[in-house]
Amino acid sequence: MAEKKTLRQEFTKGLIKENPVLRLVLGTCPTLAVTTSVVSAVGMGASATAVLVCSNIVISLLRKVIPSKVRIPAYIVVIASFVTIVQMIVKAFLPSLNDQLGVYLPLIVVNCIILGRAEAFAGKNKVAASAVDGLGMGIGFTAALFCMGLIRETLGSGTFLSGIASINSGSGFAIPFLSQNPMLIFVLAPGGFFVFGLLMACANKLAEGKGLPKAELHGCENCPMANHCSIKDKENCESNEEEAAK
Amino acid sequence: MSYSKELLSILVTYILTQNFILSKFLGICPFLGVSKKLNTAVGMSAAVIFVMLIATAVTYPIYNLLVATGLQYLETIVFILVIAALVQLVEITLKKYIPSLYNALGIYLPLITTNCAVLGVVLLNIDTNGYSGTFANFGRAMMCSLGAGLGFMLAMVMFAGVRSRLESCDVPKFLKGLPITLVAASLTSLSFLGFAGIVENMFS
Repeated sequence: MAEKKTLRQEFTKGLIKENPVLRLVLGTCPTLAVTTSVVSAVGMGASATAVLVCSNIVISLLRKVIPSKVRIPAYIVVIASFVTIVQMIVKAFLPSLNDQLGVYLPLIVVNCIILGRAEAFAGKNKVAASAVDGLGMGIGFTAALFCMGLIRETLGSGTFLSGIASINSGSGFAIPFLSQNPMLIFVLAPGGFFVFGLLMACANKLAEGKGLPKAELHGCENCPMANHCSIKDKENCESNEEEAAK
Repeated sequence: MSYSKELLSILVTYILTQNFILSKFLGICPFLGVSKKLNTAVGMSAAVIFVMLIATAVTYPIYNLLVATGLQYLETIVFILVIAALVQLVEITLKKYIPSLYNALGIYLPLITTNCAVLGVVLLNIDTNGYSGTFANFGRAMMCSLGAGLGFMLAMVMFAGVRSRLESCDVPKFLKGLPITLVAASLTSLSFLGFAGIVENMFS
């Protein structure tokens, strides 16, 4: 019974309390780049979730085999293999989604959520817990991407689910007033930064109400490269500076 | 368009209109993470330019090898491993032979392995410049990398300036920290939209 409860906690923590995008501030590049429409945002979220769950499982299975000195290259190989598999599946079955995601699909390899979870969780925990952790984090990532995509697509092009034709035969919805007067800036690059900033402000406000700390850019302790990193020793790293200031 | 003119237009395109950070959203982590101070911003972007150029020079011939053996689908795995090994190698070499350069760039090198801007430029080069391994195409690919790196540096340096101003501002409490930084990034990126169309007119 105790085991089950902890599994549930592992799952739910990724959704809100430790939401990878809005709380841990990981994986910012895809968050900004592919959220111009809901369909590509969810497509990216689902691809990243699949990679995250599979790589978490494999890394957790191999955690006693991989020597700790070469664990980062080993993790990268595992992650890159799953990214290649997902990329081939998307290319074969959803070619138009592949076009929408473009270079960001192979770039899931360097998405810090995946390497970060491998280092922080899957390399230390059992298989079931790692799988559930990956699923929770992935769904949290997808949910944040969905919110971004919803705001940007509704305001920026006045449609909802407009790219759905790439998945099935639906055509999406046009929103009456907004589709005639779209605010183009929201689907362009500045809108991405702006919506992300405001969403994070909302998340901070909510977190503050619950007495949680504000979202900060992940400090050195979350960084997968921390052990090899000499910035940490030289105290050039921002999180160290801030701690020193306190 | 002559070849040298084309190279110049690629360079300007990647610095201004197709800026890696501000319009392609690649390399956002270092952009937000180390842009607080000017000297770290310059050091980081110099290291990025350096690694981008070397990575392109090495992965481009490797891709031709992959095409020849029919293994293109392995590109992601091969490229990330090559980049990771390369960065490690460069770090060791610099430490041993050019310690002054190592002190300036070396500390940023391990962070660059997992930087999406580097893998991004390598993959985009394959997409945009095709894979006919001629020297002309190799030149284009190298120019793309140089432009992407310089654009990265431009955005980092500009944003370091913006952030130092932001430090002394009185921001509403819920916007403090990252949210206001992102809004500032949005305005910086808005200013780069003004360059749209400039390249076509400059080199037509």
